[in-house]
Amino acid sequence: MSDDELIWRIAGGSGDGIDSTSQNFAKALMRSGLHVFTHRHYPSRIRGGHTYVEIRAAEREVQSRGDGYNFLLSLGDSFARNPQEEAYYGNEEIKPLSENLDELREGGIIVYDEGLVSEEDVEAINLEERAEENNWHVFPMDLRGLAKEHGREVMRNTAGVGVTAALLEMELEHIEDLMADAMSGDVLEANLEILHEAYETTQEEYEFEHDLRAPTGEHESEQALLSGSNAIAYGAIDAGCRFIAGYPMTPWTDVFTILTQNFPDMGGISEQVEDEVAAAALAVGASHAGVKAMSGSSGGGFALMSEPLGLAEMTETPIVLVESMRAGPSTGMPTKPEQSDLEFVLYTSQGDSQRVVFAPGNIEEAYEQTRLAFEIAWDYQIPSIIIYDQKLSGENKNVDVEFFDREPAPDLGSTLTEEELKEAAHDASGKFKRFDYENAEDGVASRSLPGQKGGRYLATGNEHSPVGHIEEDPDNRVFQMERRLEKLEAIRTELDDERESNQTYFGEEDAEYGIITWGSSQGAVVEAVERLNDAGHSVKGVSVSDMMPFPEQELTEFLEGVDEAMVVEMNATGQFRGLLQKELGAYGEKLTSLLKFNGNPFEPAEIVEGYEVNVADEDREPTAQVRIEPAAGD
Amino acid sequence: MSAFNAIGEEREIDRDEFTPGVEPQPTWCPGCGDFGVLKSLKQALPEVGKTPEEVLTVTGIGCSGKLNSYLDTYGFHTIHGRSLPVARAAKLANPELEVIAAGGDGDGYGIGGNHFIHSARENHDMTYIVFNNEIFGLTKGQTSPTSPKGHKSKTQPSGSAKTPLRPLSLSLTSGASYIARTAAVNPNQAKEIIKEAIEHDGFAHVDFLTQCPTWNKDARQYVPYIDVQESDDYDFDITDRAEAAEMMRETEDVLNEGTVLTGRYYVDEDRPSYTQEKKAVGELPEDPLAERYFDDDAEWERSYDLLERHT
Repeated sequence: MSDDELIWRIAGGSGDGIDSTSQNFAKALMRSGLHVFTHRHYPSRIRGGHTYVEIRAAEREVQSRGDGYNFLLSLGDSFARNPQEEAYYGNEEIKPLSENLDELREGGIIVYDEGLVSEEDVEAINLEERAEENNWHVFPMDLRGLAKEHGREVMRNTAGVGVTAALLEMELEHIEDLMADAMSGDVLEANLEILHEAYETTQEEYEFEHDLRAPTGEHESEQALLSGSNAIAYGAIDAGCRFIAGYPMTPWTDVFTILTQNFPDMGGISEQVEDEVAAAALAVGASHAGVKAMSGSSGGGFALMSEPLGLAEMTETPIVLVESMRAGPSTGMPTKPEQSDLEFVLYTSQGDSQRVVFAPGNIEEAYEQTRLAFEIAWDYQIPSIIIYDQKLSGENKNVDVEFFDREPAPDLGSTLTEEELKEAAHDASGKFKRFDYENAEDGVASRSLPGQKGGRYLATGNEHSPVGHIEEDPDNRVFQMERRLEKLEAIRTELDDERESNQTYFGEEDAEYGIITWGSSQGAVVEAVERLNDAGHSVKGVSVSDMMPFPEQELTEFLEGVDEAMVVEMNATGQFRGLLQKELGAYGEKLTSLLKFNGNPFEPAEIVEGYEVNVADEDREPTAQVRIEPAAGD
Repeated sequence: MSAFNAIGEEREIDRDEFTPGVEPQPTWCPGCGDFGVLKSLKQALPEVGKTPEEVLTVTGIGCSGKLNSYLDTYGFHTIHGRSLPVARAAKLANPELEVIAAGGDGDGYGIGGNHFIHSARENHDMTYIVFNNEIFGLTKGQTSPTSPKGHKSKTQPSGSAKTPLRPLSLSLTSGASYIARTAAVNPNQAKEIIKEAIEHDGFAHVDFLTQCPTWNKDARQYVPYIDVQESDDYDFDITDRAEAAEMMRETEDVLNEGTVLTGRYYVDEDRPSYTQEKKAVGELPEDPLAERYFDDDAEWERSYDLLERHT
C-alpha cells in the first residue's frame, strides 16, 4: 500500500472504449519511464455492464494489480439498461461510480462525468459523506459536454485522460504522441483540443489538495507493453508455428485472433472451424502432414478436444494446445479468471495421460514456455499444453524489447528427411517402421511425412505394430506403451537436469515458511512474500510451471527446507495442492491452502493476511473472500 | 527442390502396389460390401496416375475405418467421426497430397455430421467416401442414421420411429460440388465414380452402398440396381441444382422401398475449391506450407519484428 505508486482505474460500460483508452494511457506511463501492470474486469456482454481496467504504475517493477487503487476515472455507461426506470438490476448509469467505491484507498481521487450522471443519483449513493470519511478528493467534470463542444461525445474518454493528467501533474507529451499514432486529421485535432481543454480547465477550476502525483522513473532500455496472450502467440511464431485452428471462446479467443491476424503475412494458415473437436483434429491433421500446428480453447471448448488430444497421444502426433481457464463449472463466469481446470487438463481423454503441461506464471514465462512446448512436442512427438487463465491472458505488463531478440526455431525435431528415410528401418514389404521400439532413443521413434518417398506407414488410434498396423498382441502392447511412457521420463530428465528450471523462486532462501503457487497467481504471491519478509516474517516462495512431468526433485527440496507451506491458488478444491501430494506422496501435514474463487484474482494483501491467519496462526478470520484449508491431520 | 518426391512422380503403377505386405487379406466378413470400396480404389488410383506414397487415406472408426489397413498408401486411421477435419488440415498443410477420407454412415452422417456439413460447405479438394450399410456393423447391428423407419435392432426394439437421414440431399444443401451414389454390387460403376471423384477439384462425396450381410441386407438386396444415367426412366441434368435435388429426393425415398438408384447426381465444375478460395483472399501460401520446413533458405519471421505496435 505504498504511496509511490499510481493505480488508476477507468470504469464505464463495455463498448465505451475503456480498453483502448486504458491501453494508450498505460503506454504513456510506460514511455514516461514507469513500470506498468494492467488488470481488466469485464462482464460477458457486448454493450454496457460494469467494466473497468486498472493500471498500476511505479518506478520499480510491478507484478500484480496491487491492493485496491487510488484514482478513479468514472465514465458513464452509455449502454445502461432502462436508465429511466427502476429495474431490478438497479440504476446502471451510476454504476461506473457507485460500484467502484469499496476498493478505493483512503485519500484517493475520484473524477466522474457530471454530464452523464445526475446530481440526484450522486446524492443517492452518499458520495459526499463517504468522501469525507475516506478523505477522498472528488472532481466532478462535465466530460461529455467538453467532448461534444470540441468534437463528438465518444471523445469523453480523452477528456477524462486530460483531467487525470492535470490532477497527477503529468506532462501531456506521451499522451499526445500516442494519439497521433492512433488517429489523424480532424479526429486527432478534436481529440488534442479536448485533451488540452480538459487539462487546463482542471487546473483553472480546482485547487489541488490531494497528495497523489504520477510517479517518475526511467527505463534503461526500450520497453514493450504486451499481454499474456501476445506472449503466447509470439512464442508460437518464434517456434515456427504457422497453423492454428480454433473456434471462438473467451478468453482463448485473444491468442487465436492475434495469430490469425499475423499469419497471412508470414505464410501461415488459420482456420476458424465448426467446433473444437474439429479445431484440435485439424491441428493433428496439419501436424501429421508436416506443419507446426496448434489449437486451443477455454474449458468448455477444451472438453471437446479430449478425443483429438488422445489421438495425438496414441499416434504420437506433435501438437500444442492452449487452455485459457475461466471460472467454471460449465459456462461458469465466462470473463472471470480461475485456476480450476488443472485436473481436467492433466487427465482428460481416455487411457493413461501422455502429455506435457506447462503453466506459465507471467508474461515472459508465457513466451518462453510456449516456445518450449513446441520444441518438446516436436522432439518427443507428444502433445504439449499451455494452461493459463483469463488473468494472464488479458493483463499487460512492460517487457524489455530485447527479451524477444532471438533466433526462431522452426525445426521439426525428430522428423526424417527422404534422405534419412533411406537408412531407416522398413519391414519386408517396404513399409517404414514409424513406431519402431527396437531403435527408439528415449522412447522416440522418428517420423516420416505423407508424400515422402519411402516413408509409407499407418497412423492409428488403435494400439499398433511398428509399421502402424492394428495389433493387440500383449508383448507388442507392452513394448509400445513402455516406449511412449519412456518419452515422459526423458522429458522429465531434460527439464530437471539439462535445462534451466521453469520454476520461479523468491523470498529468503533459508526461510522457515514457504508459499507455493502456480500459474498466474505468481505476481501477487511474489509481492506478498516481499512484504512478509519486510514485516519480519521468514518466508520463501516458489511458483511452479511444470505440471506434467512434475518437478518432484525441486518441490521435495523446497518442502524439506521449510516447516510449513501454504499453497495459493484460484480454485475451490485445492487442485494443485492435490497434485503436489499425489506426486510427492508426502508432506500432507505440512501443507495448508489459501483458495480464492470469487471471480477476482488475488491481491497481495489477501495473501499476506492469509499467511498471518493460516501459517502464523493469528487468531482471527480473514477479511477477504478466501477459503483456508488446513493441513492434513489438523 | 521438393521434400516430398513421391508427389507427382511419373511412372508405371501396378495396382498390386496398393496391397500391403502386412495383412493383405482384410478381416471383413465374407460378402461384405467394404471389399467393393477397396477394390474400386485399387483400380481407380493407378488409372488416375497416383502412386501409394502421394495418397493420404484418412478414415474414421468402424469396419470402414480399416480401409487403410488394407490399402497401402500413407494412412491415418483417426477416431469416430473425425476423419474429415484431420483430412482437411492435411490438405491445407500440403495441397499437393491426394487426400481421400472415408468412414461409415454412423461415422459420417451421425457423430461426424457437423464435420460433413462444413467440409462440403467449404468445398475442400478431396474425396469423401461414405460406406453406407444402413447399420452400425462393428458394434453388432444397432440402428444407424440411415436405417429405414421401423428398423428393429437391440437399441430400437420396437422399430425406429425416425425417418432416415438423406445423405445426398444434405450433401447438396451443404455445398459439395460432386455428389454420387454407387454400390458394391456394381464394381464397374464404382470404379468410374471413384476416379471421377478423385479427379474432381472440390469436395467429392460418394455415398457407397456397402451391404452388411451379417447385420443387415446381403448383396442380393441391392440388386437389381439402376444407374440413373443409363436408365431411360430417369432424365435430369446433373449440373442443375434443382433437378439434382429432385432426383436425390426420389432416390432416397425409393431406397427403402427396394429400388436401388445409383449414379452421378450433381457436378459443379465451376465452384472454386477451398484451397483456391483461401489463396484468393491471401490466407493460404502459394507454395505448400509443409515444404517450407525443409527449405534451408527459408526466412522465418520473428515476433521481435512485430514489437513496434507495443512500444
